[in-house]
Amino acid sequence: MTAAALIAILLGMVLLLIRTLIGPTLYDRVLAVNSFGTKTVLALGLLGYVMGRPEFLDIAILYAMINFVSTIAILKFFRYRSFQVPLVRRGGTQGGKR
Amino acid sequence: MTGVLEGDIGIALVNILLLAVLFVVAIAIARLRNLFAIVMLSGIYSLVSATWYVVVDAVDVAFTEAAVGAGMSTVVLLGAMLLTSRTAKPDKKFARLGPLLVVIATGVMLIYATVDLPALGDPDSAVNQGVGLTYMQINWADTGIPNVVTSVLASYRGFDTLGETTVVFLAGLAVALLLGFGERSLAESIKREGKLPGSNGKSVSETGKEEDAS
Repeated sequence: MTAAALIAILLGMVLLLIRTLIGPTLYDRVLAVNSFGTKTVLALGLLGYVMGRPEFLDIAILYAMINFVSTIAILKFFRYRSFQVPLVRRGGTQGGKR
Repeated sequence: MTGVLEGDIGIALVNILLLAVLFVVAIAIARLRNLFAIVMLSGIYSLVSATWYVVVDAVDVAFTEAAVGAGMSTVVLLGAMLLTSRTAKPDKKFARLGPLLVVIATGVMLIYATVDLPALGDPDSAVNQGVGLTYMQINWADTGIPNVVTSVLASYRGFDTLGETTVVFLAGLAVALLLGFGERSLAESIKREGKLPGSNGKSVSETGKEEDAS
């Protein structure tokens, strides 16, 4: 059962890779990479159980965090063209538009 | 847990699939001209290779690869894209023939070198004898950490790792102090003085010229 789930997730990774390669717009690619990271997290968790080492779940959690942060960074890059803009607007001042 | 992937053949299949994905991604990175797609693909490359490191039980390398490759280097490459154009220049035909030959020769030599390597997890190999064997035997009684590499890094050589982390932290802090943050940072002052206005439609050569002049 776990092995079947792992195979399904690996096939999903291949499909997302194809979407990243041919994705016509940038946002297709951003979404594909984000989903690919999620698939990596799931695959790592399942790999731990398939290989009999469930400690891999810790690494999977770390990957989830990194995936989140890098997606935020990529989207911030596209919204503001800079990493030095605060994500939260400070009171009154216009965050972002410079 | 008696599945298809139980045993060596299943893990070998997972290895082959992950390495095939790595191969496809590497070819695509070499062929594509869209720099943003290349940055995204390099993130995927890091994630897949980190997964593969976990499969071959190099958990600490996988941690580093995920943090540096998928997290930091994507951000750094995107920051570099701010200063250059969105697409690479098209190649001249056969301009990469020389590098291709060099890469093929190096690859053949490396594959030839792997013939002499011991198999993965071979108990008779040199690294698993001597000191390695001693760590294997005393590790569980001393620390209770299942992964021997982790126990050596974080327990037996804990102070060494602490020193390394301090050095890396200080280096990052020094770079941050030199470049500055926010309004007073180097990037902001360059932007304010109009040396690098905007980021659209500037080619690599233009940017390089202006940085030389400043």
